[in-house]
Amino acid sequence: MKFLCVDCDQQMAFGERQLPGDGTLAATFKCPTCGRVVALLTNPMETQLVSSLGVVIGGKTVPAQPLETVRTMVATGRDDAFDESSEPRGHSAGHNGSLTWSVDAQERLGRVPNFVRGMVKKIYADYAKERGIAEITPAIMDTARAELGLEGM
Amino acid sequence: MRTYHQLTDPDRSGLLDQILTQRRRVADRLAGVRRTVAVMSGKGGVGKSYVTAHLARALAREGSSVGVLDADLNGPTIPRLLETPHAAHRTSDEGVEPATGLDGVKCISMALLLEDGAPLAFRGPSAESFVWRGAMEASALREFLGDVNWGNLDTLLLDLPPGMQRYIELCDILGKPPAVLTVTIPTPESRDAVRRAMRAAVEQGSEIVGIVENMVGREFTGTAADDLAKEFDRPVVARIPWHPTADTWSALATRL
Repeated sequence: MKFLCVDCDQQMAFGERQLPGDGTLAATFKCPTCGRVVALLTNPMETQLVSSLGVVIGGKTVPAQPLETVRTMVATGRDDAFDESSEPRGHSAGHNGSLTWSVDAQERLGRVPNFVRGMVKKIYADYAKERGIAEITPAIMDTARAELGLEGM
Repeated sequence: MRTYHQLTDPDRSGLLDQILTQRRRVADRLAGVRRTVAVMSGKGGVGKSYVTAHLARALAREGSSVGVLDADLNGPTIPRLLETPHAAHRTSDEGVEPATGLDGVKCISMALLLEDGAPLAFRGPSAESFVWRGAMEASALREFLGDVNWGNLDTLLLDLPPGMQRYIELCDILGKPPAVLTVTIPTPESRDAVRRAMRAAVEQGSEIVGIVENMVGREFTGTAADDLAKEFDRPVVARIPWHPTADTWSALATRL
């Protein structure tokens, strides 16, 4: 997917991606010559079609997780389908090694369906570890969600 | 105005690269699998899953390491046939551990992931879901292939649903057509449906390893397996009676 600034005959550069949470997607592209910015807006069906391919407009922001599409998209998954206990240390809720989860963050994580919770927890934990963050709070989760484009997480 | 291929700067989204990365993930995962065999039929109700499960067990009893991927995402039955105990799949950065059924056969199936009795339903807009549902199921199949820790296997059997769609997806995901074992019942109706599937498989370049005729000897009459064997010049590797014994399955395993 490429965008061309017709006036400048220049390929536009990807800017940012936004997932407002209503199933739609917005992505901006900027002309490096004239600075014009255009936004690609997709409706829920178009967004879903891209998601169903397991690809991300703007590029993937986190490494592929095992059964990522199944776990994030299946609505009728068993609560006890996955056991995350074999994850590396530091991914558990509460204090574990140098990473802790605030009570509010744990409560928020608890609202994520079990089917996908372990995967979501790992993504946030990796995000925090890579940035030297000692405690995961709801604010950190919001920042990570925005930075990484984690719709529904 | 220039067109897509005339714009030479890299595409930040890199959707094609993402797809190629997915394929590499599958190829890397299956590097330790010596043989991948799709069990298919153009006809429903001929016993594909039954044959798959018992063939897998027979191969395992002979000392082979065997896995079964239940590619029938909407009507999965392999875990029940393999009596796979319900246990959470251990998950790590390395992937998802498959379940283990009778005779040590490894298994992944949507039946192990869905709520009891629940249909496979996806999150997303319900209107016009036909637009994306097929792609979603193909992604699930790809993840079953690429994200499950199959380890080193002698044989990975793929139990396909009726019809050709999943087989075509499989060819795309694997990057090459898998070997195919076809299952039919003796009737001419089954023969005609299976013929279409076999033609499609041959056109894709699959090796047809053989034909299994199931439910032989009672109400179903006909010569479907022999007809197909003659037409495609492939062997009938088993005729499965209504009450097969372990020897029946061992004989089939030996012929594969």
